[in-house]
Amino acid sequence: MGSKVLKIDGLNVYYDQSHILKDINLSFAENTVTAIMGPSGCGKTTLIRTINRMHEFTHGARTEGSIKLYGKDLHQIDPILVRRKVGMVFQKPNPFPTMSIYDNVIAGYKLNGFKLSKIEKNSIVEGSLVKAALWDEVKDNLYKKGAFLSGGQQQRLCIARALAMNPEILLFDEPTSALDPIATDRIEQLINELKAGLTIVLVTHNIAQAARVSDYTAFLYLGELIEFGTTKKMFTTPKNKKTEEYLNGKFG
Amino acid sequence: MKAGNISYRIVKDKIFKYFIIVAAISSALPLLFILYYIVSNGISAISWGFFFELPKPPGEIGGGISNALIGTIILIVTSSAIAIPPAVLLGIYLSESRNSMVSNLVRNAVEVMQGIPSIVVGILVYAWVVEPSGSFSTLSGAIALAIMMLPIISKSTEETLRMIPHYILEASLALGVPYYKTILRVILPSGLSGILTGIIISISRIAGETAPLLFTAFGNPFINWDITEPSNSLPLLIFNYAGSPYKEWHALAWGASIVLIAIVLLLNIISKIISKKWEVKF
Repeated sequence: MGSKVLKIDGLNVYYDQSHILKDINLSFAENTVTAIMGPSGCGKTTLIRTINRMHEFTHGARTEGSIKLYGKDLHQIDPILVRRKVGMVFQKPNPFPTMSIYDNVIAGYKLNGFKLSKIEKNSIVEGSLVKAALWDEVKDNLYKKGAFLSGGQQQRLCIARALAMNPEILLFDEPTSALDPIATDRIEQLINELKAGLTIVLVTHNIAQAARVSDYTAFLYLGELIEFGTTKKMFTTPKNKKTEEYLNGKFG
Repeated sequence: MKAGNISYRIVKDKIFKYFIIVAAISSALPLLFILYYIVSNGISAISWGFFFELPKPPGEIGGGISNALIGTIILIVTSSAIAIPPAVLLGIYLSESRNSMVSNLVRNAVEVMQGIPSIVVGILVYAWVVEPSGSFSTLSGAIALAIMMLPIISKSTEETLRMIPHYILEASLALGVPYYKTILRVILPSGLSGILTGIIISISRIAGETAPLLFTAFGNPFINWDITEPSNSLPLLIFNYAGSPYKEWHALAWGASIVLIAIVLLLNIISKIISKKWEVKF
């Protein structure tokens, strides 16, 4: 087991009056994939949105407890810097519709106003697209808009865009729920390859996906962390009865 | 079912169809009549000189509307410069802040503003600008027109930006792009065609406004480049000359009507092209 990249301690999240996440304690090890699974509305998405502080854009959101990135409290770091270190891939592929494929990949630099030379930009774009397993498919169309790509390609473009920022953690929020099985398979392979370079947190409502790609699994239910451990162990001998019921499809 | 019954239905169906076609054609007819009437009356007045000369005194044949043409252009440019920045910002605010008390209040205010009669805007600007400054001016006319443009542009900006899915905004924020940069560099470009269309429509709407200019830009028989001085405009010229007893001036008014309609038509076509060409699909 690698060192802990991210440590969540006693995290409580509220939206106005409703208590969404209750006393969550979790840590994520370097170069691993951790799946967060659970039925709809259990707070999976909220949990990863607190990791890059995207929850702050939701009106009435409030957190207690600490989240530490390499030992440093996330709330002591500028949220804008947090989001550059902790990338995010969303449920629905969301490339920028006005930009070319090239500009989409470099968007994190361009929109933030970082000055890069043409050579640096080219190498970031190529490197990120190669890492996202999209380079061969788009290298002749880099200056076309991303809209003509298929859903799966668009999602890999979004992954390339996140990778371009060199994040330490990459959050995936149900990245394949809008994709067909073949595109899903490619994304899953990609997640497996990417973990060599960074730490991945994957929210999924697909139990089989959690089993296929993750090293660790956290099971959330009604805002509480019911069980956390290696995926192998949880799927073969779950400790908690609720986990067992969920894995056997009794609810969710 | 009996056969007679069905043929009766087919006849009913046909009658209804023809009725709709006749209704559609007859609602387009007034526009054709208007265009025909204006063109047939005004075309004789239009020549090269019409665009470059000043109006001639009554009794002399010929003359042009260069003063009104330049006045209208200056009025449009000035009022656009006054109205567009705040209107677009207001539209951004209204689309971003959908449900706060202040935004609801402002949204309603904008809607009410759109309904204020243009003559009332003219009187208000007379009281606010013309009286204190002591003279009629192009600037006061432009302010009156800007007040008319503002709600149109802000409404269309708001509606355009609301159509942009939230996940585009989130994509940018999640890359660590600050909120204001996200608005300026991601959201605004995505809505550019809609915003531009709204601006052009608002210009075509005010290009023909007469009432707000009566007490503000006032009119001027000469070409005026100074926005602190009164100036003529196409609708003002039409209003003044059509009401005069001189036949030569009537011809100028008809000619100016063609020009005004051509400008409005052109703006409408441009806006259609922009919204088609630059439309962003999500």
